[in-house]
Amino acid sequence: MEKKHYERPHIIKLEAGMPGKSGIRTEQAPTTHIDGMAVKELVKTYGSPLFVLSEQTIRSTYRKAFKAFSTRYPNVQFAWSYKTNYLSAVCNIFHQEGAWAEVVSGFEYDKAIANGVDPGKIIFNGPGKSREELIMATEKGSLIHIDHLDELYLLIEVAEKTSQKPRVSIRVNMDTGIYPMWDRFGFNYESGQAWDALNKIMHSGKLELMGLHTHIGTFIMTATAYAIAATKLADLARSLQQKFNHHLKYIDIGGGFASKNTLKGSYLPGSDTNPSFDEYAEAISSALINSHFSPGELPLLILETGRALVDEAGYIISSVIANKRLSSGRRATILDAGVNLLFTAFWYQHQVTVAQGVSQHREDTTLYGPLCMNIDCVRESVNLPMLNINDQVVIHHTGAYNVTQWMQFITLRPNVVLIDENGNAHVIRESETLESVTGGEKTPEHLIKLR
Amino acid sequence: MKIKHQIAISDTGFLFNPATGESFTVNPVGAEIINLLREGHTWQEIIDKITEMYSVERNSFEKDLHEFAGIMKMHQLLDKDE
Amino acid sequence: MSKPRYTIAVTGLNAIDSPGPGVAVIRGLLEAASFDARIIGLAYESLEPGIYMPNLTNHTYQIPYPTAGTDELMERLTYIHSRENIDVIIPNFDAELYSFMKLEPKLKQMGIRMFLPTFEQFEERHKVNLTKFGEKYGIDVPLGIAITDPAEIYKHEKELDFPLMVKGKWYDAYIAYNMEQARNYFNKIAAKWGYPVILQKFVHGTEYNVTGLGDGNGNTIAAVPMRKQYITDKGKAWAGISIADENLMDLTRRFVESTGWRGGFELEMMKSNDGRYYLMEINPRIPAWVYLAVGVGQNIPEALTRLALGEKVEPYTNYEVGKLFIRYAWDMIVDRSEFENYSVNGELKKDEHGKETL
Ligand SMILES: Cc1ncc(COP(=O)(O)O)c(C=O)c1O
Repeated sequence: MEKKHYERPHIIKLEAGMPGKSGIRTEQAPTTHIDGMAVKELVKTYGSPLFVLSEQTIRSTYRKAFKAFSTRYPNVQFAWSYKTNYLSAVCNIFHQEGAWAEVVSGFEYDKAIANGVDPGKIIFNGPGKSREELIMATEKGSLIHIDHLDELYLLIEVAEKTSQKPRVSIRVNMDTGIYPMWDRFGFNYESGQAWDALNKIMHSGKLELMGLHTHIGTFIMTATAYAIAATKLADLARSLQQKFNHHLKYIDIGGGFASKNTLKGSYLPGSDTNPSFDEYAEAISSALINSHFSPGELPLLILETGRALVDEAGYIISSVIANKRLSSGRRATILDAGVNLLFTAFWYQHQVTVAQGVSQHREDTTLYGPLCMNIDCVRESVNLPMLNINDQVVIHHTGAYNVTQWMQFITLRPNVVLIDENGNAHVIRESETLESVTGGEKTPEHLIKLR
Repeated sequence: MKIKHQIAISDTGFLFNPATGESFTVNPVGAEIINLLREGHTWQEIIDKITEMYSVERNSFEKDLHEFAGIMKMHQLLDKDE
Repeated sequence: MSKPRYTIAVTGLNAIDSPGPGVAVIRGLLEAASFDARIIGLAYESLEPGIYMPNLTNHTYQIPYPTAGTDELMERLTYIHSRENIDVIIPNFDAELYSFMKLEPKLKQMGIRMFLPTFEQFEERHKVNLTKFGEKYGIDVPLGIAITDPAEIYKHEKELDFPLMVKGKWYDAYIAYNMEQARNYFNKIAAKWGYPVILQKFVHGTEYNVTGLGDGNGNTIAAVPMRKQYITDKGKAWAGISIADENLMDLTRRFVESTGWRGGFELEMMKSNDGRYYLMEINPRIPAWVYLAVGVGQNIPEALTRLALGEKVEPYTNYEVGKLFIRYAWDMIVDRSEFENYSVNGELKKDEHGKETL
């Protein structure tokens, strides 16, 4: 006789006011498969924990975003923000879809070149570019976004010796009603710094002014902030037209769209409250179309969208190491993936589902990672069914910033697999070995022997 | 281990303790254990029966049973141990 | 003449010391002159009294909290609709309105009507935006500042002055008399309702409330002003009296006309000691004391149902002045099996209420 499925015995006291289990009966169906691949199989083949990325979701999200803008504005270009997720397989999906590259360091720049991106389609942002990097980017004809006056002067100096004229924009910061205001990057709009920098560029004659750039912040929950940003950049463009008869090639509105994740401290889930691509596109496109630009001279609109394009495509599969009762009687579960892999757990309430069928009995649980430090908490409280050791959970919306901000702290990093559009899995980054961490170490002669 | 004798459990897994007025919900394995306790089965017999019926290792069930008993005790559903 | 019969689902059955409006709304619906109502209760928690009250609901279903997201809610409502064939839903909680507004087009396709404010109305009247709202429509509001960091209380201490109000984005409001209290309330509210937390200038005066209904085209279909007679320690009116105050009525009509308000509402006003009227808060739904309005001649739940169904509704022009509502507590005797049924199955069928079986 087939034995019945076992679930740990479990009893919950009904507290006054507590919802009975049926109120949450439908909450979070188990995630047994990702893009048609069984979670159990993935773990068996590639180990646990495991990062999984869905090519299908990346492509469909990109197309949705592109459509939202291209149906409202004549000339749209996305530039993939490498820092969000710079695994080559992921970057190349975006490049195949038509995205340029947006990088903020020499390392990211080299990565984009190695991926085969046309240097003229690389946007070089960030406050920390070196002289050598500026020379290289200038020679290759990349788009250099100037962050501060010192960089502007350095670039004028560089331009004396390079064969090419640097192709530049300035980054502008401004008040868009968003708090906090990111005024540490670029030149301020309201105080006139930005206009001042543009004048210096135009008068120098050494730089080719291509466009204007802003990045107003990240996880921006109101589309109207973008309308304000677009309007302010359009105003600067108009001033350039009037004073110098100079027509800009593009306006780069940066990234910052919210993904469908839920921020800690919000009451309603992000999937309900965060603006859609259509809402952002409507705000930005209308602001530009309604500005002074005549129809024929609308500049190219560049978007450096990061997290909103890739968050939903990422999952972490993690296994239960142990269950505990805390001294308060609260249930706690220890997972094999913690904040070392899931940096974003610091600001998101990531959705977590179980990977196997379960009964309706659930309990509030704290999910901890495997690290021996107190901040290693994946969810402070999540209502989950009873989990057995070696059961799996799936952590959702982990595609952005985790494979770039993860920490090699205490332990090695696991495999990353991509499930392609035909449902085949590919390892796109192998799990680390002792060698991958210690390979660069050099031990002085006298410290090699232990005695 | 003995369950307090007045405690009743319904088919739906709803448990009421008339002595304290507290109500609980119990999942199927938990309900099975409570019914076995009510019928007077011993710790060992419970382990035998449950591991026979459900796909679970003896060791791992025994650990879960310990925890379950601990929670029952915390909720004062067990008679004081002899 | 036979009246039409509608199935109406109502939330907010928590008729407790800080009550939800559901039970009062249902009483209005059951007394409607123009239709017969069959009531479906929608509840979150298993001890909401309205679930168990006799002659109130026909059947109550548990629904998921707004935090679970609209997909969960939609799934549950689809199930309930398949069993009950709902004509109208009247949501009564601030915190759930957003989700219902989001689902309005989908529910409409299924044949379920609601009569809710638009997203724009809902947002601009929000506590967080009230100061801007006042400027836009030329209505006096107390200075309010939304903050996300307790350190900001120091920054605004001068402008606001103690005592000041500390309010949650969705619920909860406390009077803080000093910095320490303000910080404590900030933390308490932030933990429960998230950010931002609103600091509001305290206005000394007398509190008046108006409940009303806008048709979405700027017409005020109903409006009854009330002065609170007795206030509980949670700040809720336990008794109140209908009054005649043309200033309040003018302000209400101006509010409805300038915003084109759609749906039920409650305006919380303060008449300051120097005789000025301040709009303290706009609740985008029917308040718990709405039965006073029904009792003095303006059946707001009935009118709202008819507007939801697309009927033309003539504005109410009169109400009886000087009538009191006095709330009371009443202990019901409930069989454990009902509580058990509701807790385990997530739904409870009650007998047909008196009116229907007549
Ligand atoms: C200049 C710039 N562009 C684009 C991005 C991508 O932002 P997001 O992932 O919020 O869309 C960032 C992120 O910090 C950035 O600094």
